[in-house]
Order: sequence, then C-alpha cells, then structure tokens
Amino acid sequence: MKALILVGGFGTRLRPLTLTLPKPLVEFGNRPMILHQIEALANAGVTDIVLAVNYRPEIMTAALKKYEKEYNVKIEFSVETEPLGTAGPLKLAEKILGKDDAPFFVLNSDVICDFPLKEMAAFHKAHGGEGTIAVTKVEEPSKYGVIVHKPDHPSRIDRFVEKPIEFVGNRINAGIYILNPTVLNRIELRPTSIEQETFPAIVKDGGLHSFDLEGFWMDVGQPKDFLTGTCLYLSFLTKKGSKKLTPTSEPFVHGGNVMIDPTATIGKNCKIGPNVTIGPNVVVGDGVRLQRCVLLAGTKVKEHAWIKSTIVGWNSTVGRWARLENVSVLGDDVTVGDEIYCNGASVLPHKSIKANVEAPSIIM
Amino acid sequence: MATLQVPLRGHAGGAPTTKAVILVGGPSRGTRFRPLSLDLPKPLFEVAGHSIIDHCFSAITKIPEIQEVFIIGYYDETVFRDFIKDAARDHPHITIKYLREYQALGTAGGLYHFRDAILKGRPDRFFVLNADVCCSFPLQSMLRLFEEKDAEAVILGTRVPDEAATNFGCIVSDAHSKRVLHYVEKPESRISNLINCGVYLFATETIFPSIRSAMKRRADRPRLVSYPSSDALDSYHVPRSGDEEEKTEVIRLEQDILSDLADNRQFFVLETKDFWRQIKTAGSAVPANALYLMKAWQSQSEELAKPSANILPPVFIHPTATVDPTAKLGPNVSIGPRVTIGAGVRIKEAIVLEDVEVRHDACILYSIIGWSSRIGAWARVEGTPTPVREHSTSVVKNGVKVQSITILGKECSVGDEVRVQNCVCLPFKDLRRDVANEVIM
Repeated sequence: MKALILVGGFGTRLRPLTLTLPKPLVEFGNRPMILHQIEALANAGVTDIVLAVNYRPEIMTAALKKYEKEYNVKIEFSVETEPLGTAGPLKLAEKILGKDDAPFFVLNSDVICDFPLKEMAAFHKAHGGEGTIAVTKVEEPSKYGVIVHKPDHPSRIDRFVEKPIEFVGNRINAGIYILNPTVLNRIELRPTSIEQETFPAIVKDGGLHSFDLEGFWMDVGQPKDFLTGTCLYLSFLTKKGSKKLTPTSEPFVHGGNVMIDPTATIGKNCKIGPNVTIGPNVVVGDGVRLQRCVLLAGTKVKEHAWIKSTIVGWNSTVGRWARLENVSVLGDDVTVGDEIYCNGASVLPHKSIKANVEAPSIIM
Repeated sequence: MATLQVPLRGHAGGAPTTKAVILVGGPSRGTRFRPLSLDLPKPLFEVAGHSIIDHCFSAITKIPEIQEVFIIGYYDETVFRDFIKDAARDHPHITIKYLREYQALGTAGGLYHFRDAILKGRPDRFFVLNADVCCSFPLQSMLRLFEEKDAEAVILGTRVPDEAATNFGCIVSDAHSKRVLHYVEKPESRISNLINCGVYLFATETIFPSIRSAMKRRADRPRLVSYPSSDALDSYHVPRSGDEEEKTEVIRLEQDILSDLADNRQFFVLETKDFWRQIKTAGSAVPANALYLMKAWQSQSEELAKPSANILPPVFIHPTATVDPTAKLGPNVSIGPRVTIGAGVRIKEAIVLEDVEVRHDACILYSIIGWSSRIGAWARVEGTPTPVREHSTSVVKNGVKVQSITILGKECSVGDEVRVQNCVCLPFKDLRRDVANEVIM
C-alpha cells in the first residue's frame, strides 16, 4: 500500500522548538513525531510513503534514510515549489499514489492517535466508496468543521458544516483519510483544499464515508496541544500496559503516565508525574517535582526545581528552585537561572533567563 | 503647670550626664505594620534576631554614661514588661522605665508630659530615638558633635534620592559648620535631600522651653498645615479634615519644634553615611532585617550562622530552630525560635517567625512568614526584590500598585506546590491555590 503524509511548512506554530528541528523530527513521547505515523503505516502494510513538504532540510533527509531501513519502507519527498494547500500535494505525488488501483492513506503530520489503519482499510474496502475519513468526537463542535451523515446511513457523509452555531453533530475530520486513486482525477495541480473542494465533490456522488476513531486523538501542532496530546498518549500507553512507561513501582513515580528514557538519570527524593516524558541523557537533580511536562534530550533540571505544563527544549538547563508553568516552552540550549519563575514564557534558543517572567511572553 | 527648674550645663563640675528616650507610639499608630501588628506590637517585632526596640536599646547601651532609659508610648504597660525585665537583667547599671501616655500627645507632647521624670537628677542632655527607624544609631558621633559645637540640639540626617526626599522631614544645613539653617516636614517641593532620621540629642535646658512655647503658640492660633512657604499660603488656615492629630494638645517634634530650632543658631546635623530605613509598613521589615544582619556580619557577631556552601551570609538562625543541612539559606535571612526547615528548602531575603514549619523543597524569597505558619513541599512564597536605596515597599505591576514583599500573617498555611506572589495574607488563612498580587482577608 501507499501513503502520503502532509507535512507542509516550517511548523511556525510549534516555535520555538521548530527553530531548531523541523516539526516532524520534534520528539513526541520520546520519538520523532513522524515516526509515530511511519510506524503505524508500516504496521498497516504500507511500503511507499510520500512526504509532502514545501522545504527539505538536510537533517530530514538523513533521518528518513534511517527510518526507511528500520521499517523497510520507501520514503520519498514531494517538494512543492509553491504551497499547494491540502489537496495539491496529492496531485503532485500522483505518480506514486496512482501507480496501482489500491487505495492510499493520507495523514496530517500534526495528528496523534492510535492509528487504527488496518481497521480503517478493512472498513473502506467493505463500504466500497471512493474515500473514508477518520472522524473523532469532540465536546465543542462549534470550533471545527462538523460531519453530517445521510439520515438513513451510519457512515455515508451528507455534508460538512464549518463551525456550526447550532448542534448538527459532534464528529469532526480527524485528518486521516484512505482514498481510492480515482480521487486524484478530481484534483487539479494548483493550490487547492481537500476539505473544501475535493471532499464535497465526492460527497455529492455519495462516495465518502466516515470511520469513527475510538480512543484518543489530538492535533499537536502547537505547544498547548502538544502537552495535552502527550497526556492522552501516555494515558493510552498506560491503558495498554505498555512497557515503554516507567513502572509505577519506582518510588519517584507519582500518578503514573511517566516515560523516562533509560539513559536519563533521576536524583533522590523526586516526585515525577503524572504525564511526564523525559528524553535521552536528561539529568534530573535531587528533590525535583515534575508534572505534565516534556523534557527533551540532554536537558538538565537542577535540584529542587518545579516544572508543570512546560516543554523544556534540548540541552536546556533549569536552575535550582526554579519554577516553570503555564505552557512555558524553552527552545534549544536555554538556561533558566536559580530561583527564577517562568509563567508561560516562550524562550527562543540559546537564551539565558535571569529574571522572573511573570506573565506569558516571548523571550527573543 | 509646673515651673521648670533648669539646671546649668556641666553642673557640679562633674562629667555631663545623658539620658535616652525611645518613642514607641501606640497600637493605633501601627496600622501600616499590619498584618503583623495584629498579633504583636511593632516595636517587639524581631528582625535579625532582636526586637526592633532592642536594636535601639542596644545602641544606647554603647554609651557608657547613659544610666537611665525611658520608653514613651501609649501601648498597655504589659506590652514592654518582658523586654524591660530582660534588658534590666542584661544591663544592671541601666534603669529602664516605661512611661505610658493615656492619649496620643505627639512626639514632643509626650516628652513634655514626662519632663519631670526626664529632668530628675538634672541630666544635661538626652537622646530621643524613634523606635520605627532602622539605622546604625551613631550616638557617640552625635555626642561628639554636640560637645564640639556646644550645641543645644543635634539631629541625625541622611541623604536620600531627590524624588524620595519630600516624604520625609527635610534639612537645609550649612555644609561647613553643619548648622541646621532650615527644617520642613514633608515639603511639597524639593528643598533638600538631607532628611531627618528620627534620632535627636537635645540639651535639657532648651528643649522643654521650646516645646512649651510651641504649645503656647498652638493655643493662640490654629495649626498650620505646613510652614508658610508661598506655595502653602492658600491652605494656611485649613486643617486637614479627619486628621485626629489636629487636636491642639498634640505637639510633634517634627512639625512643631524642629523648624523653630532651625532658627536657633545652636542646632546641628550629623549626616550619617551608614544605612538608614524607616520601619513603617510590614514589608519594610525585610530591608530592615537585611541591614541589621549586614551590620552584625560586619561586626563579626557571634550570633550569626557560620557561612558554608548552604549558608550564604548573613543569616541568623535561632538556636532552637531545626534546619536540614541540605536547605540553602541566605543572604539576609532570619529564622526564628523552634522553626523547622525541611530538606532542599531555599530561603533568601526573608524573615521566618517562631514555630513556622517549612516542608521539603519549598522556596521562600523576599517574604515574611508569620508565626506558626506552615509552608508545603515545593511551595513558592515570593516577593519582588526592591533596590537597596528604594524607600518604598510597593511596586507597580500591570499598572497596579502591589506589595513588593509577600507577608503571611500568623498561622497561615500554604499548600504543597502552591505559589504565593506579592500577596499580603491576614492571619489564619489556608492558601490552597496559586495567588498573586492580592490582599487575602
């Protein structure tokens, strides 16, 4: 099978992290974001993956070469010379996606979930339509585009309602599709939107179905959601009894959902959790309190620091008795001084923070 | 009214005799020291291991010729009983008496009311120390200037930034002779940045007649709002409404006497280059604590904790306090009796009062933790640092004036991991959620 991952641009919404690494390589749950998708696709029997990007950093090429070997898949870049929206890239990759009659997957690179791709492919085959959209239930549908089904059918889509004022349903597009190659004939090579142009056209012909995603789903394209997505992902791993998590029998683990890379070291009398990921070579000092946070590779958290709802970027240092909270994001190689307080500080790489950041702000 | 039998100076051919008066005010004057003064009279509040009044008193004990000290105020007699008992025990050659005013008479009015006690034994001169100042009290230097100039009054002065000067009594002096040429209390415009420190040395033979003539003047005509500079003429006869001090019997040294003395050619100022702060608001106890600790450190006081990797001097730890060796304290920290400090705690620029418990990994910066309060694990209690020369204890954040020092009253508790910033918290409150820039009733 084949698949296309929509990566797009520079990932500005995830700055300051994406000033250092392209978004697909930023670690989510201690693995590059794109690996979650590549692994799910490989497990579903996909052998050809197209990465739709509008820039191609060297570092990505090198990383993906490694993944090709690891998962025994072929990964190709499809580079847009001008942004083509969400449908254009499919047309651009027509040679690969349309090389046979088998349907192909399309994944949004910001989306994290359980990726039940096999089930989705089986469902798609069973209904025989042109396309299938994975949908997820949300509490507040008014913020999204909502899917409305045909009255007499549980999965056939009738229409899309963008940001409905009145309740019409609570299922939204989860950014994961499986489409027949015939869909490519509906797309022109120009900037065009799959959601606004291609899908309504398939709906008109009654060929688009929805597939309910069970379990967690999150668009992790910005720091706040990245943290929420991490919580959902770790909870999912706990439910599965995953070996990737640190056992709750460890004395420092509090409330579970803690993932610690084996190369990280944890000091004495720490209290860690719930919902914490700690990357490779991280050093956590004595008496540190961590909750709902992500420590990326090589960070150093000194003694007695307190960190909550924060992403600590690679190789950053957090001082003794420092306190970080409220979606603070430290870029690469940031130093937060001893006893410093950061409330929603978004800190660009290589900065040193020597005074409190008392209200959410960007430290250039 | 008793007639004054004023002795001649240098009487009986012996060495001149000197007494001292500490003015402590009363409970209704200490409102700005709330919430701490809700549980303890301000003069008894401890900074750097000693009560505020004790810092004044120990400066007085450094002058060997002083054998009699009066505390004048309108607190209940019982308030100073223990202090006087302890002071008398430690200094058996000094007589200490509390003289209670039954109504606020003003700083000069109080002195005059108790003139018989002060004049008994015919002292040549006496010091007057306001208990709400924190300074090095260079009394010996004041005496020297007094004698050198054959003065009738010496006032202690200090320089403050120009913009702060109008909040204080301003002194215009002759730089060479040190003579006071002019004195104005809290002027509207800039007059001088040399200000009144609230420490005086008076010749007994001139100060009481000055007070008496001020009282007579006040009986003859209404109180001036400020001394007649051209700017103030408009408000010449308008008493400030609602100000209870406007009663004629209230005679204050600052407003009513010093300006008159400036006309006297024998009024001099000793300008101190040492530290000086007022202790008005509760928050000002933190800089006062720092200054007295620094003074103790510079004089190599044995009372201070020994410096180490985790003790950044100066730090005072009461002998009955328990501090975990992994806790890092200082600079400018006072830890009171029976306080318990847990592992990995950080305390800087703070006063921790009696019986407080601070749990592990908590962080306390620029704060006062009230008696028997409890600070949770990983809690953070934090104020804002203010510049050393700053005399204000508030800061402006997002356009709102807030207390720079965080103050917890008696028996407050801060939950584990809770953050309290720039707050003043009245006694007996439980803080379970993060709070900032608030007064918590």
